[in-house]
Amino acid sequence: MSTKGRPDPEQLLRQLQAEEQYYRRGRLKIFLGYAGGVGKSFRMLDEARRRRERGEDVVVGAIQPKASREADALLQRMLVIPQGSVGGVPTMDVEAILRRRPQVCLVDGLAYDNPPGSAHPKRWQDVEHLLTAGISVVATVNLQHIEERREQVERITHKHVTETVPESFLRNADEIEIVDAPPDFALQRGPNPLFVNGTGSPALSPQQLSELREIALLLAADVVDFQLEAYLARHGIQQLWGTCERFLVCVSPHAEAAKMIASGRRNADRFHGDLFVAYVNRPDATPEERSVLERNLEEARGVNARIEALDGDDPADAIIEFARAHGVTQIFVANLLKSSLWDRIFGQPLDHLIRAAENIDVRVFPA
Amino acid sequence: MSDSPHRGTLKIFLGYAAGVGKTYQMLDEAHKLKGEGVDVVLGYFEPHGRKDTITKAEGLEVIPRRKVDYRGAEFGETDVAAILQRRPQVCVIDEFAHTNIPGSEHSKRWQDVHVLLDAGINVLTTMNVQHLESLNDQVWQFTGIRVRETIPDWVVKQADEVVMVDLPPQALLNRLMRGVVYTPEKAQQAMENFFKESTLVALRELAIRQTAHEVDVRHTVQDETQGAETSGDDHGSAASPRTRSRECILILITEDPSSAALIRRGKRVADYLQAECLAVCILRDGNLQNIAAAQRETVEKHMKFARNLQIEPSVLQGDDVAQTLVEFARSHRVTQIFIARPQQQKWPLALGRGLVERVVRLAHDIQVTIVAERRR
Repeated sequence: MSTKGRPDPEQLLRQLQAEEQYYRRGRLKIFLGYAGGVGKSFRMLDEARRRRERGEDVVVGAIQPKASREADALLQRMLVIPQGSVGGVPTMDVEAILRRRPQVCLVDGLAYDNPPGSAHPKRWQDVEHLLTAGISVVATVNLQHIEERREQVERITHKHVTETVPESFLRNADEIEIVDAPPDFALQRGPNPLFVNGTGSPALSPQQLSELREIALLLAADVVDFQLEAYLARHGIQQLWGTCERFLVCVSPHAEAAKMIASGRRNADRFHGDLFVAYVNRPDATPEERSVLERNLEEARGVNARIEALDGDDPADAIIEFARAHGVTQIFVANLLKSSLWDRIFGQPLDHLIRAAENIDVRVFPA
Repeated sequence: MSDSPHRGTLKIFLGYAAGVGKTYQMLDEAHKLKGEGVDVVLGYFEPHGRKDTITKAEGLEVIPRRKVDYRGAEFGETDVAAILQRRPQVCVIDEFAHTNIPGSEHSKRWQDVHVLLDAGINVLTTMNVQHLESLNDQVWQFTGIRVRETIPDWVVKQADEVVMVDLPPQALLNRLMRGVVYTPEKAQQAMENFFKESTLVALRELAIRQTAHEVDVRHTVQDETQGAETSGDDHGSAASPRTRSRECILILITEDPSSAALIRRGKRVADYLQAECLAVCILRDGNLQNIAAAQRETVEKHMKFARNLQIEPSVLQGDDVAQTLVEFARSHRVTQIFIARPQQQKWPLALGRGLVERVVRLAHDIQVTIVAERRR
């Protein structure tokens, strides 16, 4: 993942080109909400207001018709590029925006499908076009429209969504901002002045909204984590600490790995973290050992862990090196010592692993 | 906790740095409430000289601060008595993590807030994620700053609602450069320290994940209450999978300074796993009074710290720390023992002799977590 050492000249050139491209391209900011009515459009328009006050040339490219009263008040004072029409269906007029050449264009509802015959089938592709032309875009999108999270969301809402935006589009945005107004708790708590003004979608229960809210926050955390890694890589900083808990379960042909893997999964879920399962390749393993190991790895695949084969003369070193490179915060190992094996095993790898782990926690499991 | 059926609700606006807009968003909510006819007052408000925030506070009733003289200077603190007397429906109290001036009735502002909640007043407040006790070591690791004003996690857990106030770091840095957050000299200083972009990105991720966790535990609690209703009187088998697999964590407290980080880490893991959390301190004769004064002081400090995090530590008698620890763990159905990783220089050359190895060896049926030293 992170490459150490000096960058070579070719890498520098690529970096320069990337920077040039970066400065020519418009900047993309996305407001992410977990449901309709949390106030994304308002936040976008409010940002537009502030930018205009600072002297930026802002226009509205596309806006949802039924935003809130506050949003409408802000919209009154904005310059709106009238919608165009393709085959009689009104849609964002990309050509008109390009002709107008504003500094910033607002685009509500990134996931919108353009009418057949449009230059691009998806609105987010129009946005890409504006960005390439050097126009910055402030946009909004709802969790349910993120392609990779769609199934998860549908299991909660029981509503099928066809219009989607790929998650990679979010990841590559310059900024994402989460709009995290909590759902209207008045429904379940009775009259309470703190919660009467929520504007959650009435079609969803507070429980459903709360679950969506959690998914949206975790999605935002993933995007931010991706951006943090990119930032660290750009600046050649090696990350020595984790903001996200990452669990590494070490399995061997001997260990009773199933329990450790299950525990790893549970911990990773509770911490909303990542799960790795690693084993160290041993050329001298017997066929029987190999088949036990294969069973363990099957277990790991079953819980959706990322599986890694490690090589190295010293298993402890191989594990630590992998853990460091991947920002692991907890290593799970089996306590393989049965009295007679004590010195042979504990005296070496486990002892060494605990010593070398430094800023990583080590959890020793009974075998 | 109060038995009053009308305990006030607490809502926390959580951010990751000064200037992300916590106070602004809280005041915005206060205005909305007022617009709906709710009786709202500002119990404590910290404008920090920010124009937008000051404008936002206009039109809201302010309860004047209580004047406190301390070492010849005058300070203003929340006037709890005046707020109680005024009895608003909702009270806005900025900076939840604030430490009151010595001589105040409570040393922490969150304790003042608890008084208001007990009296049935709803409270809106703000805090940054780095003030959360269990994140103290992690935050120090990547900022180099030891945050002194902390809030125990259980206090935040009791809040009815935690909302994330988000702002991308680049936008925050722009605000900082425009002088919106601090004066120019202070902004320059801030950007060299806390406000480095990588630090802000990391803190932001921490805040988002913390909010996700707060949302998660809240709807999990709802799940369980709903489950209890449907399972009715079926006591024996009604235990949810989560209660059946209940974990229990045991932390070993010593006089070593690493104990504080160990307690934080153990408690954080316990909270996330919804596990019980115990702590022990093991002494040769089981009596704190019989050890050297300096040692006693640090041990007592660590035990007090544990109590602040709602862990009740026990003092045990035992000549053999590892054996006493493991026996206690076994008799209390502990599933995970937390011990500190020994310092490099203290690591014994002879194998199998050190505490860690002894504990691992004896606890052959219990998980043992050796907690990393948090270093920079």
